[in-house]
Amino acid sequence: MTLVAESPFVSTLTPPHAPSVAPDPAPAAAPDAPRTKQMVIVNWSGELDRIWPTLILASAAAASGVQCKVFVTFWGLLPFVKDGVRVTGDGWMQKMLSIMQRPGIDHLKLSKMNFLGMGPWMMGTLRKQYQIASPRELLEACQALGVEFIPCQMSMDMFGLKRDDLIEGMADPAGAATAIEIMTEADASLFI
Amino acid sequence: MALIQVDKVLDARGLACPMPIVKTAQLMKTMTAGQTLEVVSTDAGSIKDFAAWSRTTGNLLLESSSDAAVYRFVLQKA
Repeated sequence: MTLVAESPFVSTLTPPHAPSVAPDPAPAAAPDAPRTKQMVIVNWSGELDRIWPTLILASAAAASGVQCKVFVTFWGLLPFVKDGVRVTGDGWMQKMLSIMQRPGIDHLKLSKMNFLGMGPWMMGTLRKQYQIASPRELLEACQALGVEFIPCQMSMDMFGLKRDDLIEGMADPAGAATAIEIMTEADASLFI
Repeated sequence: MALIQVDKVLDARGLACPMPIVKTAQLMKTMTAGQTLEVVSTDAGSIKDFAAWSRTTGNLLLESSSDAAVYRFVLQKA
C-alpha cells in the first residue's frame, strides 16, 4: 500500500483527498423516449456486388430513421474517389494500384463473373431494365439522408489517397479504435 | 375501400428497393405530425417493407392494399 501511495502516478489519477461527493444524477431521459437506433457498416470492398448492398442498406437505414455510419476501408475507399481523379498516390506502386483498379463510383468491378467488364455491363443493363437505383444514385441518397462515411486513415496512407482525392462530405478520417467504438455502440454492425 | 383524406401523394411506381422507402422518408421530412401521405408502388417487396418502415420509424401505416400488382399505402406522420 505504501508503495502505491508514494507512486507519483497514482495521485494524478485518484486524488487522495478528493471529495467523495457523488455528482448530481443526470436528468434521466424520459423512459418512453427511446434512443435513436444505430447501424454501422464496414465497407471493405470496392466491388460492385458489395458496394451496392452497402449503399442500399445504408440508405434504407437512414430512411428508416436509423443513424447510419459507414467505415470505409481498404479497397472500399476507391469508389469514394472523386470523378475527375484518375491516378492517385505518390510512388509508382500507389500509382500502379490506381491504374489497375480504376477508382470512382462509376467504375466498379464484380467480385465474380467480371469477364473483363462484360459482367458489370450486363448488370448495368438489367439495372436499367428493372429501374434499380445505381450506386451513384444510392450514394447521393445516402448523403442527402445524413449517412456518415468515415474513411480509414491507414488505408488512405497506404493507397496514397488525400482528403482532396475523396468526394465531398465525408467525415474526418479515423482508425480502427473509432470503428470498434461505433460498432460496439451500434444496434447492428455489418462487414460487407 | 375506406376513403382517407391524404395531404400528399408519392408516385413510386416503377422504382425498385430501396427507393420507394428513401423517397417516402425524404417527403415525410417536409411534412408535419399528423399529416398523411399516400404512396403508390409497384415493388412487390414494398408490402412488407412499408409495414417494417412504419414499425421502425413509428409513423402510422393507416392502410395497405394491393390491386393488380399496384400497391397503395397511407401513412401518417407521427
